[in-house]
Amino acid sequence: MKKFINKVDDVLVESLSGFALAHSDLVSLNLDPNFITRKQKATNKVAIISGGGSGHEPLHAGYIGYGMLDAACPGHVFTSPTPDQMLAAAEAVHAEKGILFIIKNYAGDVMNFEMAAEILPFESATVLTSDDCAVVNSTYTTGRRGVAGTVIVEKCVGSLAETGADLQACKTLGDKVNQRTSSIGVALTSCTVPAAGRPTFDISENELEMGVGIHGEPGRRRETMREADAIVQDMVQAILEDFAAKNLATPNTEALLLVNGLGATPLMELYLIYNAAARLFSEHGIKITRSLVGNYTTALDMAGTSLTLCLLDDEIKQHWDSPVHAAALRWGM
Amino acid sequence: MNSSFIVTATTAIQNTILQHESELESLDRAIGDGDHYINMKRGAQTIVEMQQELATLAPDVALNKIGMKLLSTIGGASGPLLASFFMGMAKIIKEKGDTSTATYASAFSAGVDTIRQRGKADIGEKTMLDVLIPVATQFTAMAAQNASPKEISTALKKTAEQGMLSTKDLIATKGRAAGLGERAIGHIDPGAKSCQLMIEAVCNLIE
Repeated sequence: MKKFINKVDDVLVESLSGFALAHSDLVSLNLDPNFITRKQKATNKVAIISGGGSGHEPLHAGYIGYGMLDAACPGHVFTSPTPDQMLAAAEAVHAEKGILFIIKNYAGDVMNFEMAAEILPFESATVLTSDDCAVVNSTYTTGRRGVAGTVIVEKCVGSLAETGADLQACKTLGDKVNQRTSSIGVALTSCTVPAAGRPTFDISENELEMGVGIHGEPGRRRETMREADAIVQDMVQAILEDFAAKNLATPNTEALLLVNGLGATPLMELYLIYNAAARLFSEHGIKITRSLVGNYTTALDMAGTSLTLCLLDDEIKQHWDSPVHAAALRWGM
Repeated sequence: MNSSFIVTATTAIQNTILQHESELESLDRAIGDGDHYINMKRGAQTIVEMQQELATLAPDVALNKIGMKLLSTIGGASGPLLASFFMGMAKIIKEKGDTSTATYASAFSAGVDTIRQRGKADIGEKTMLDVLIPVATQFTAMAAQNASPKEISTALKKTAEQGMLSTKDLIATKGRAAGLGERAIGHIDPGAKSCQLMIEAVCNLIE
């Protein structure tokens, strides 16, 4: 393992401290329990809190700020945060209209947030994101995983919350965006969890993992490496099949295309992937009218990418376009 | 069983986790995400650091304290599940107010039930419950038959091992391995393995 580390046990706190220092105009960091909030506490709105294991930066702390999250709870690398973090964060950002938790659908995250919600002295609701369509046979699973589509959910719900909308309205929009969003990832290399010190899985020079999760958990299948267009073709196909299975018609629909880097794939390649994906989707009659390309939901140092397609309607478009000012997403202000 | 036994057990649990580092890590790398050993090690370490305090507490208070501490230390899925187990166990011991074998058997079963509810999982889903449910059933049955602690611990170790091995041929329907479908077959579930190790370590303390 070759990484910028002082002591393995200090990686998380040193990284959080650097984040808070670099964005001290936007966020405040609390340690033990660890959570990050907006610098300026918002008032009279639903407080949006997310969280999850670390290693997916800029998810979630990078999305704290006007128009998006009020707080985020970072766990250890790839490990869900604990209920005491969520309770303390809720206490800090509660603004009279209840708490909305946005949680990626993993057993650990769900259970820890569930236990926090049970103890929480405020009204709360939860949006579970589950945009990953990688798992073919959903009868084998507890449900789909939440991956990069979570960013779109956080952006739209965060925008609605700023208007003073109530808890139920925020949850309803979050669920809708999640339902209309589908993602699939591909890994070219494994990632290395600092405390483990070696790659999570073995993958050879001529292989790729189709459907990889954002923790390096295996996906649909191991395949032979091939040219980018052919890989993207399979990813696009998987997403289209997912929308078909969800009975969401895709032709002539407007959509947002997010090409996300998993941590060690250069932007040059991500744009190459965007080029291929946008062309393939438009061949299927989908009008890509919004786009985002970059590292938005990473898996430490994994080389790979994920494609996320969100089917837009007027409401989603309005909340995607609205002003946002967070460390990792800023426009319109 | 008293608080000094609980203290001894925490050391035994930490030792077995540390001794099986490479096995737990490779199981989790195969069908999980590689953090199970690190989380178990962190949890065990935190509890061992509480030993002095635990020794002064009544068993139910000590077990509840262990649960609360694990809840705020481990994270992931193991954190709330193991925490639920200890807190569920503490509740029964407090209610019954004695430290008989029968009380510990029903406390153990109650702990396993809270895991079942929290995880919304059952036997046959390639999780720690494939170890815990058969052990709880057997513990309760043997305690009802007034079996000796030694007989019980010997039998439970065997049952735990069978349960752990049974996860090898299962498709995971709960937990991080659930996305793998048939690719999970042939791999022992890391959570089942660590539970089996902990049960074995505690049973080994019973003469």
